[in-house]
Amino acid sequence: MKMNIAEAINDALKLEMKKNKNIVLLGEDVGVNGGVFRVTDGLKKKYPDRVFDTPLAELGIVGTSIGMALYGLKPIAEIQFMGFLWPALDQISNHASRIRNRTMGRYTSNIVIRIPYGGEIRGLEHHTESFESVLSHIPGLKVVIPSTPYDAKGLLISTIRDENPVVFLEPKKLYRAFKEEVPKNSYTEEIGKAKIVNEGDDLTILGWGAMMPKIKKAAELINAKGFSTEIIDLRTISPYDEKTVNASVEKTGRLVVVQEASRTCGFASEIIAGINDNELLHLKAPVARVTGFDIPFPLYKMEKWAVPDADRIIKASKEVLKW
Amino acid sequence: MKDSVNFVKEGIFQIIDERGECHADHNLSKNKLREMFWWMIYSRRASEKALKMQRQGKIGTFLPLDGQEASQVGSAMAINKEDWIFPTYREMGAQIVRSVPLVNILLYYAGDIRGNLIPKNVNNLPFYIPVGTQIPHATGTAWAMKIQKKRSVVLCYLGDGATSKGDFHEGLNFAGVMKSPVIFFCQNNGWAISVPREKQTASRTIAQKAFAYGMEGLIVDGNDVIAVYLAVQHARKRAMEGVPTLIEALTYRMKMHSTADDPKRYEDNKNLKIWEKKDPIKRMRLYLKKEKIWTRGWEKTLEKKADRLIEDAVKKMGKVSQLTPEDMFNSIYSKMTPKLTEELEYLKENLANREVEEETQEIKGGFP
Ligand SMILES: Cc1ncc(C[n+]2csc(CCOP(=O)(O)OP(=O)(O)O)c2C)c(N)n1
Repeated sequence: MKMNIAEAINDALKLEMKKNKNIVLLGEDVGVNGGVFRVTDGLKKKYPDRVFDTPLAELGIVGTSIGMALYGLKPIAEIQFMGFLWPALDQISNHASRIRNRTMGRYTSNIVIRIPYGGEIRGLEHHTESFESVLSHIPGLKVVIPSTPYDAKGLLISTIRDENPVVFLEPKKLYRAFKEEVPKNSYTEEIGKAKIVNEGDDLTILGWGAMMPKIKKAAELINAKGFSTEIIDLRTISPYDEKTVNASVEKTGRLVVVQEASRTCGFASEIIAGINDNELLHLKAPVARVTGFDIPFPLYKMEKWAVPDADRIIKASKEVLKW
Repeated sequence: MKDSVNFVKEGIFQIIDERGECHADHNLSKNKLREMFWWMIYSRRASEKALKMQRQGKIGTFLPLDGQEASQVGSAMAINKEDWIFPTYREMGAQIVRSVPLVNILLYYAGDIRGNLIPKNVNNLPFYIPVGTQIPHATGTAWAMKIQKKRSVVLCYLGDGATSKGDFHEGLNFAGVMKSPVIFFCQNNGWAISVPREKQTASRTIAQKAFAYGMEGLIVDGNDVIAVYLAVQHARKRAMEGVPTLIEALTYRMKMHSTADDPKRYEDNKNLKIWEKKDPIKRMRLYLKKEKIWTRGWEKTLEKKADRLIEDAVKKMGKVSQLTPEDMFNSIYSKMTPKLTEELEYLKENLANREVEEETQEIKGGFP
């Protein structure tokens, strides 16, 4: 069936809720309204006692989810926009991600937190953030970011079945950007496993989320000049698939990492540190980063300047290919 | 006034009812009443225009204030110039009463940061977007006024949804403990996007939350501009005496939450019908007519004046200079860091030598 990302996520939720009666959905406007992006559309109708419109309180949403999980339920919380997650970080980093370790495995809090993130949506101020690297810095937490409908469904099902707390970041720019064939039934995609979208020999371009379509476009244009580009969609940033990244860099010797988030301490920095640890001697060129700037995400008139695009990716790739 | 406020503990403070009947002596001059009506007309027309502009793609996501004119105008008029206000994204009316140029507001919603440039002599913050986050700020600013022995107060706007956030409870608790000269003005408009007030809190009223924090709470008819004005004036006096007040203004969101929202998914039309009868402008018109202040011709003049001001703002908006990459970097720190200077240079160089243009997609931001 052809689906966009929003529909694929909805489908995954529907299938898993049917299978696992312990799943409950909670968040602002997720019930009657079906979520402000309609990602949970129809679920309240189907499961009136398991889908909850909550008070407007992100800390409360995550905190109560942890409590439910301690008791054996499987809460799937939605945070309406990433910019509003901050108050909940106390609950995530002090509790959700640590309770297993604190109690030597006696208690766990395997909640799912779904969060639309990212810019280029002509969004209001504070509605366009990408601070996935902050989440990746929290031990005990997994961070998954799909970029296609197929992966969104398979990865969300894996996320829900995971025994650990997982943040599932949804590139909202792509929610309805395109459709693709998605199997009707349940299937899983492995968390922590990157996907080689395109094989190539001269250069690896790596990214995640809403950067993937830009990377694909850049790679097409680079390949048209006679190069062969390998594209990696990281799909999970924590734990990330070092093996796939390393193998690719060993093959191509050149790497460009693309991230929408601001530059300093973004996840690209971690990737490059990993290359430094493992692959330095295989590099033919210094690794390049194409990133946002060290600024708060601007209001939408300037967002075209703020977010990396194919042009910037191509320019960085050219530099790397000079070596 | 004192009696009316005491009466409020049992019910709702109201001066003018839906039929335009006046139930208490308000002592407001005819000019004051005219001014109130003017600001309400202007606010509504500005909001309607902004909604139209959003539909034409001239501005981005917009949050109409329709139905809340009396709450915004009455409250903003009741405080002094040296007082400060902390508005949310919906407080276009309060902003313009307090002399924020309309062009700023339109620019802001058109995604232009320069809209947030509040004129120097206006003590308003720009719109707050993350719900509830302004509440502790308001308490802190009021606390600072008290520390410096200033004769001013802070008026903090919030919605019913915001009362669920920790920010609300921490902000009010601090205000009670520090005796900050602050007024928390909650427009209970029935909704937080799709979540009705009854699902937001199990409290019977929002105003009653005040008592838990050792402050005064009162409920006012938020569609009665005179009652709102008097309630806020009263709260202002109490604030200066070291007693903060939480005012719950009962009003109604007559339009969508925002232009990305579709209330048909969750709202019963019945409610809207009930509240249309309580329309704040309609009510004031009835009252002013009874007082022989209102004539059709006068209202027409006000509408024309409003439309002229709105057109002026739209024109000014069209004439602002193009944004430059510098606008994105200049105000991050007091002085640009070397790193940012480098990033800005990189961007400018990139823009000067573009090879591939992204096709600009007119996406609605993933919204359905
Ligand atoms: C902390 C936070 N969470 C979620 C949102 C998204 N959001 C914007 S407005 C809104 C509802 C606010 O309701 P209320 O406080 O009653 O004010 P109203 O919009 O009705 O004026 C929500 C959930 C936000 N802006 N900030």
